[in-house]
Amino acid sequence: MGKHQATDAYTTSELLSVMCSRVMRDGLIIFAGVGVPLLGATLAQRLNAPSLTILFEGGIIGPFIQPGRLPPSTNEMRTAEKANMLLSPTDVLALLQRGYVDIGFIGGAQIDQYGNVNSSYLGDHRQPSTRLPGSGGGNDIASLAETIVIMPHEKKRFVETVDFITSPGYVAGGQSRAKCGLIAGGVLKVITNLCVFDCHPQTRRLSVSALHPGVKIDAVLDNMGFRPDIPDNIVVSEPPSLEELSILRGIDPTRMYLK
Amino acid sequence: MTAHQQSAPDTPAYLALRKRLASRNRGLRDKTTSLSEAIATIRDGDHVAIGGNTFSRTPFAAVWEIVRQKKKHLTVSRSITSTEGDFLLAGDCVDKYMTSWFSQGIVWGLSRVMRDYVENGKVTYEEWSHMSLGMMYRAAAMGIPFMPTRVMMGSTMPDALVTKLETMSCPYTGDPLLLLPALYPNVALIHVQRADKFGNAQYDGLPFMDADIAMAADRVILTTEKIIDNDEIRQAPDHTKIPFMAVDAVVEVPYGAAPHECAGCYDPFYKRMDDYADFTRRNGLAGALDYMREHIFEPRDWNAFLAKIGVEARG
Repeated sequence: MGKHQATDAYTTSELLSVMCSRVMRDGLIIFAGVGVPLLGATLAQRLNAPSLTILFEGGIIGPFIQPGRLPPSTNEMRTAEKANMLLSPTDVLALLQRGYVDIGFIGGAQIDQYGNVNSSYLGDHRQPSTRLPGSGGGNDIASLAETIVIMPHEKKRFVETVDFITSPGYVAGGQSRAKCGLIAGGVLKVITNLCVFDCHPQTRRLSVSALHPGVKIDAVLDNMGFRPDIPDNIVVSEPPSLEELSILRGIDPTRMYLK
Repeated sequence: MTAHQQSAPDTPAYLALRKRLASRNRGLRDKTTSLSEAIATIRDGDHVAIGGNTFSRTPFAAVWEIVRQKKKHLTVSRSITSTEGDFLLAGDCVDKYMTSWFSQGIVWGLSRVMRDYVENGKVTYEEWSHMSLGMMYRAAAMGIPFMPTRVMMGSTMPDALVTKLETMSCPYTGDPLLLLPALYPNVALIHVQRADKFGNAQYDGLPFMDADIAMAADRVILTTEKIIDNDEIRQAPDHTKIPFMAVDAVVEVPYGAAPHECAGCYDPFYKRMDDYADFTRRNGLAGALDYMREHIFEPRDWNAFLAKIGVEARG
């Protein structure tokens, strides 16, 4: 893709990465995985958040990932590039428990109406149709931090009730999260390739807060297995700018994650 | 697989643990041995904890030798599992696997071998959160029976374990807590950049959970890129992460983490990991077994395996 492409020419992962980067304000401490959140964070660091601090579950504090050297895992030395400190995974994850992290990012195979995420089993866990890779630090992040979930907007992923809660959102809605023992954290936003959700302050159900440019609400609803809340004040997000896209493509020149 | 019965963790009694530790020869003595002799001390049914993480500082030569020696009925724990997990499962070495994540790495997708074993009920698979496993090793390293945490509550994860987990209200604050049982492995496998013959181990880069695993275990088998003189250790004792008194065997194995990485010595051999992934992508478990025949059972020794994957051992 050339530099002078119109701004409506971008891929799904480019759009997700840009939307992700925009919530990463300067000075925040975020806990990220290696795909879209890392692309978003690396973009934000170069655009308007130079002091954004990234933590990885491998034990890394404050790396500055170089273009073309994106790591394929959160637990290897490439993620440690220009880091300030290396800890054990136990200790870096304990920083979540202590409260050092402003936003944690997770993904998964399924998400439900209360923002619970499944990355463990499709089907009954006693006789699963698919065993997925698992929690990793996902459960720790979701249990302990304000969390943003990144999810492709597909009917099979947005289900009324997940097959298995790996990373709890608001559990059964209302006050149930705190009643389960999770007295901090919760789902801040869910960012998809079509829209952004937040959770209703009382019911804790997913609620559409912003549509991506050119997306109609019908497309959002047609690609979900349940009906989210649809408030009157839904905004439309700014499309990715040429500058955002140009920097992003420079960060991942081999398109390892920019599918 | 039928619904499983949950039971309390088989945490050893405190005095029995101390007795086991007291029976070890913990003196400053030469512990160097060969890879095959070190791994021969692992008994069928042992709990083996693996150091490093994903494809970093994996004690790959040690795992490779476990598969060659056809160990059986092991419990294996590692916080994040990569290629070595496939070999241990496909080698029929494992009854129970404890991990938080299992795939060679995100870019290679789901493990076909792990799916085969878990979906067909061929292994008891316990999924813990990443921090939970770390805290369980740490509790054991500290000699306490459990660690209170604020994770895994509200999720389905505790229901899917064979270990029955308990919760409590903090007696001081009233906060709800999940009590993670201490995890005491029989054997820890650790790979490092350098160690002396006594077992003083120094490593660079990401430390992972290795120090906790070593202090938690009954026995520690250490493989090292290089054996250095004790004088060098004593010149920089602040770099020693595992003390000699916790180590039972020291084996010099250059490229002992290949095809995974060992920080400062070599990067991951991504192409070689692609090669393995091609075998399972084509043929699933049968592909893994083909790969293992050619790369684990046929080579004469570890150096022959390295030559087979195109890695030149030094010296």
